[in-house]
Amino acid sequence: MKAWRVFVLGILLAFNVPLLASDAPARFNTPALAVRYDALLEQLRCMVCQNQTLKDSHAELAQDLRDEVRRLLEQGNTDVQIRDYLVARYGDFVLYSPPVKGSTWLLWLGPFVLLTVALAVVLKLSRRRTPAAVPLDDAERARLRAALGQSADSQP
Amino acid sequence: MRSVPLRFVVPLLLFGGLVAFLGIGLNRDPRLVPSPLIGKPAPQFALGTLATPDIVMQREDLLGHALLLNVWASWCAACRDEHALLLELARGGKFNLIGLNYHDDLNAGRQWLSERGDPYRYTLFDPQGKLGLDLGVYGVPETFLIDAAGVVRYKHVGPLTREVLAQQLLPLLASFEPATQ
Repeated sequence: MKAWRVFVLGILLAFNVPLLASDAPARFNTPALAVRYDALLEQLRCMVCQNQTLKDSHAELAQDLRDEVRRLLEQGNTDVQIRDYLVARYGDFVLYSPPVKGSTWLLWLGPFVLLTVALAVVLKLSRRRTPAAVPLDDAERARLRAALGQSADSQP
Repeated sequence: MRSVPLRFVVPLLLFGGLVAFLGIGLNRDPRLVPSPLIGKPAPQFALGTLATPDIVMQREDLLGHALLLNVWASWCAACRDEHALLLELARGGKFNLIGLNYHDDLNAGRQWLSERGDPYRYTLFDPQGKLGLDLGVYGVPETFLIDAAGVVRYKHVGPLTREVLAQQLLPLLASFEPATQ
C-alpha cells in the first residue's frame, strides 16, 4: 500500500512541469520559431529580478522584453542579432552567460587557474609525504618481536 | 625573534586577498548595472507628451541643450523621494529637465504632476515603454544626462540624491557645457 503511494508520488513528481511566467504561449507561424523563442528566453536575464531568466520572470519588464524578442523573431532576425539588440540596451548583464573578453577573462579562466594551482600543490605535498619504505634491519626486528612478546624463532 | 616560515605567510596572504575580494563584491549594489549607452547617441523616439499626447515629439526636437531626462511613473514609490529635489533643480535653472512618463496611465501621470508640482519642460508619454526599452530602463526612477549633441553622458538608477548631483551631475555638466556655469 505504502510502496504504491510512493510510486504514484514519484510518477507525479517526474512529470511535474515548472510553472513558467510565459504561460500565455507565444503563437508563432512555425514551430521552429517557438523553439528558438524558448531557447532565447532561457539565455536572457530579467533585469528587475536578477536571478531569473526572461522565461521565469513575472515582472512587467520581462513581459516587455518577451514581446520584443517575439517581435524581432517574427521580423526574421537571427538569434545573434536579437542578443546584440538587447545587449546594446541593457549591457552584457542581460546575458546569462557573459561573453569572453578583456574584462571577463578572470571570470572565465580564474577557476582553471585555481584548479591548476591546487593540483600542483597536491602533487607536491603527496610526493613529499611518501618516503620510500625502508625495510627493518635485524636489530629493529628483534626489538619489534620483543615488544610484541614473541620469541625470536616464531615468524610474525 | 624567529621569522615566520613562508608556508604560513603565503596562505594567510592568499586568504586575506580572498576576503578583501569577496568583501568588496558583497558591498557593491548588484542593482547598479553599467549602462552600455554611456558615450553613445541617445535613441530615436516619436512620442507625445503628457500635456499634448497627440503631438509627436522627436529626438531632434530636444537637442541643442544639455538635458536631464528623468524616467518616472505615478506607480513608482521611489519617484516620490526625488521629486522635491527635481522641483528644486527646475527652479535653479541649471538643468533642462525632461520627464519620461514610463508605463503609466495618462490621467494618473497628469494628476501626479498637478498634485506634486511639475519640474519638467516636457514630459514624454511612453505608455508602452518603447523609449524605456531603447534606453535600457529597468528600475524606475532613472535619470540620464544627455549633452547638446544628444550623447548620453551619465545614467543614474534609483532616486536622485544631492550626493549624485554634487559628485556626478554638476561636474559632468560643467565639463561639457561651460556656458551654463
